Amino acid sequence: MEAIYEWFRLLYDNTGINLPFIYDSYDRGRMISGFFMTVKLSVLCLVLSVIIGMAGAWLQNSPLKWTRRIVNGYIQLFRNTPPLVQLYFFYFAIGTMLPKVTNDWGGQEPILGGFAWAVISLSFFAGAYNVEIFRSGLEAVPDSTVEAAEALGFSRFHIYKDITLPLAIRVALPALNNNLVNLVKTTTLAYAIAVPEMLYEANQIWSDNVNVTEMMVFMLLVYFVLVGVLVWGMNRWERALKIPGFGA
Amino acid sequence: MTWTDDQPMVSVKDVRKSFGALEVLKGVSLDVMKGEVICIIGPSGSGKSTLIRCINALNDIQGGSILVEGQEVNDPDLDKLELRKKVGMVFQQYNLFPHKTALENIMMAPLLVLKDDKAAVEKLARRLIKKVRLEGKEDSYPGELSGGQQQRVAIARSLAMNPDVMLFDEVTAALDPETVNEVLTTIKDLAKDGMTCILVTHEMGFAREVADHIYFTDRGVIVEHGAPDVFFDAAKDPRTVEFLGQIL
Ligand SMILES: Nc1ncnc2c1ncn2[C@@H]1O[C@H](COP(=O)(O)OP(=O)(O)O)[C@@H](O)[C@H]1O
Ligand SMILES: [Mg+2]
Repeated sequence: MEAIYEWFRLLYDNTGINLPFIYDSYDRGRMISGFFMTVKLSVLCLVLSVIIGMAGAWLQNSPLKWTRRIVNGYIQLFRNTPPLVQLYFFYFAIGTMLPKVTNDWGGQEPILGGFAWAVISLSFFAGAYNVEIFRSGLEAVPDSTVEAAEALGFSRFHIYKDITLPLAIRVALPALNNNLVNLVKTTTLAYAIAVPEMLYEANQIWSDNVNVTEMMVFMLLVYFVLVGVLVWGMNRWERALKIPGFGA
Repeated sequence: MTWTDDQPMVSVKDVRKSFGALEVLKGVSLDVMKGEVICIIGPSGSGKSTLIRCINALNDIQGGSILVEGQEVNDPDLDKLELRKKVGMVFQQYNLFPHKTALENIMMAPLLVLKDDKAAVEKLARRLIKKVRLEGKEDSYPGELSGGQQQRVAIARSLAMNPDVMLFDEVTAALDPETVNEVLTTIKDLAKDGMTCILVTHEMGFAREVADHIYFTDRGVIVEHGAPDVFFDAAKDPRTVEFLGQIL
């Protein structure tokens, strides 16, 4: 290890290419913690946004008019506004309205921090698209399949959970794939409310080291690999869900 | 008043059904006793499907009464689950759940609706697969089965709920001629076992052989009905005669 660090130190001395997040233990720590923060943020938002999508698509078919209206209002609001504005709205508008709590040092702090707001905001942002994605998948399920389940006595919930949703997911997977890739990319917005994710930490490092070019090249590569891993996983999932004799 | 089996198992009285302004059933009445097999025949669009769909409440009715084992179907507080436990239905297009194997298709309703024990349900499903002569196809998906095989799975799926009466809506109409008989044989077996059956069919030879009573419908009314021999050999109404002339 030490030899590798030394090599990158020499690289900097000889070429001016400065990668302190490799050879400098402090910067390395920041980079690693930023990376895991991004992974944590992404995974939480992915899971929550898919849950929101499934729940929203269910509520969209509710017999109650107002439930449907609220879901549709939510979708319009989150699809027709910039995600950064949404994030600020949650963090600054809602966040400051909530009661404060006393922290361990006796000071006052917001009940929800930047990370929590980023998770909430980004999940609702991607969730709005997921509702529409699942809805289009549900529309592809023939009414006659639903009727067969009704005739067997299935409840509305079982029809959704065991028949229409599993079929809808298979239809919706390519679109879902796209949206989740977008979501991972959008987690960089959390930077704007000082969530110490990868881009934020990179910014800290380049401020200290004045190596913006190197950091930006590195960021591009890391996100490229991160999204690549997600796409690979989604494709595997798609293949695992494939049914002999069904679909294209 | 409790139902006893000297009363009709299904009693349809003066049923009226409209889709918007279009009146599709204009006062239809028929009775089916336990163990009886009745066939409904008639030109396309005469309301045959609508009639049998009303019996298990897939369609609502605007007038009249339908009693299934004494339970009124035309009732806003109808317990649909109770009704659908008693009435099985098989559709023209099979409507199997494409993401489930043949065995799973059969097991789903008893597991989810009746909440029966899994081991018992699996045993039942394997027995039913045998009964419809599909041994070896347990793990095939619907997309891997022929139309006739799918339809037999659909029959087994309905039987798994242990219904008291079975509705069949032109279940051989979508099949290749050479597979029609395998499905008809399955239905004949059922009839022989004493299952109460209401069949919509265009298979006149089959109707004559299996039915206790034939009903001929045209434009939303029952034009003529009778025992098969009388009906086929001595039809009186000109519309019946014309229809039989075309189809035989
Ligand atoms: N869901 C529906 N909405 C509107 N009209 C319908 C609907 N289902 C059936 N109909 C109409 O009702 C009439 C009877 O249809 P159906 O019961 O399917 O006839 P059959 O099964 O005898 O061919 C037809 O004119 C058909 O167009
Ligand atoms: Mg029909």
